[in-house]
Amino acid sequence: MLLKQIEQFLRTLGRPLVKFLISLGQLTLFIIKSIYHAVMPPFYIKNFFGQVLDIGFYSLPVVGLTTVFAGMVIALQTYSGFSSIGAEKAVANVVLISVTRELAPVLSALMVAGRIGAAMAAEIGTMKVTEQIDALITLSTNPFKYLFAPRLWAGLLVLPVLVLFGDVIGIFGGYVVGVYKLGFNPANYINATIENLEAVGIISGLTKAAVFGFIIALMGCYNGYKSKGGAQGVGEATTNAVVSASILILIFNYIITEIFFAR
Amino acid sequence: MENDIKISIKDLHKSFGRKKVLDGVNLDIKKGESLVVIGGSGTGKSVLIKCIQGLLMPDFGSIQIDGQETIGKTQNLHLKMGMLFQGGALFDSLSVWENVAFSLLENKHTPRNEAKVEAVRVLRQVGLAPDVADLYPSELSGGMQKRVGLARAIITNPEIIFFDEPTTGLDPIMSDVINDLIIESAKGLGATTLTITHDMASARKIADRIAMLYQGKIIWQGTVKEMDKTDNPYVLQFIKGSAKGPIKVEI
Repeated sequence: MLLKQIEQFLRTLGRPLVKFLISLGQLTLFIIKSIYHAVMPPFYIKNFFGQVLDIGFYSLPVVGLTTVFAGMVIALQTYSGFSSIGAEKAVANVVLISVTRELAPVLSALMVAGRIGAAMAAEIGTMKVTEQIDALITLSTNPFKYLFAPRLWAGLLVLPVLVLFGDVIGIFGGYVVGVYKLGFNPANYINATIENLEAVGIISGLTKAAVFGFIIALMGCYNGYKSKGGAQGVGEATTNAVVSASILILIFNYIITEIFFAR
Repeated sequence: MENDIKISIKDLHKSFGRKKVLDGVNLDIKKGESLVVIGGSGTGKSVLIKCIQGLLMPDFGSIQIDGQETIGKTQNLHLKMGMLFQGGALFDSLSVWENVAFSLLENKHTPRNEAKVEAVRVLRQVGLAPDVADLYPSELSGGMQKRVGLARAIITNPEIIFFDEPTTGLDPIMSDVINDLIIESAKGLGATTLTITHDMASARKIADRIAMLYQGKIIWQGTVKEMDKTDNPYVLQFIKGSAKGPIKVEI
């Protein structure tokens, strides 16, 4: 009876389920292959530094702007929400915790996913449909090593640095609002921030950043690599890269928070 | 006689879903020979070349190069192959000379200045001036891109060169220039070449031997002279470019 119900349920899902399972299998194989080639020589150091520049240096303005305004808004909201119960001093603490644990890693990752994930998928997708990836293979060069490994390493290593930068800028945004708008004493604000600084908050944020960076690069490479059919296919790959990376970032954000902070 | 065979394809099958693209291809290419495979669009010419190169995995059959089975183990074989792609497939992010010298830079780790000298020499060989070397592929015309693609294919002196629709998209004069370059390059290197095309003028000029692919099978093969005398209705229809005949075009 139960088996029949399961069979009926699977029948209803039918083709979409099979398609989903195939995609999941393909993605799993892609991840295994990518990780294997990322840790096995040869390494294309020049390509890696090119990606570091693209993902890291050129994303600084976007990450800076995002986190400074996030820090400013949190300072304002905290003050507005807590002033009635006389908790102005909590502003520095709330800004610190929310920026380092959540806002800097999540907002930076979402911005980088839009900027870099899309660009990666478009570049690799174009290479795929114009046979440039086939050309790489015929030139005895493994695309997993030449194209994907440098991007995955760069995503994994650069995003934590970006988030560290975002942490500082975000806290600075909170400080600016706290001191110049809400009239806090600058020294007290800085002291409150330093006193509440916790390693676990920073480390959890940086761990999230590393995972998010890997996800962004992985989704960019995977969707670009499986794109087909010309301009339309590349467009779809770009959209899928950004959407899938963004959703995975939010899911993994919860999982990592649960690992670090659930009691 | 067996030792003269460079590439031997036996009973090669490849399908995509329910669509059978290659349905038992049998083909031998001798050392130093220029074989041209002709056939209409969608008959599996590109799939054949991609299977030989290991870019696609055949469903069934055998591909031997120098007597060695190659299916699933083409990694090292690429070192003795060169390929001119239909659209050039030049790397957008690299300059022309970096494209041409790609194998030297990435596989042989030749110093950049030496690799550039070699790239400029081969570019000259295909009729391009040294100042083209520092341009990017997007700055080149279609004919120039084909020449750069040819330079990239021959710079490592490969034993086998594949040409995928080498004259598609070019005007007749540029097509003839490319045909001449293909003949000169291939004969100069003593390479075995496999060209796929539906340009009969190109096929006549390049080929030592022509094979026709239709519905996933080689239905005819012979020299250009034999082709002109054949009474095979499929070949006759194809070389005349007639809509009437046994080859039905899906509209």
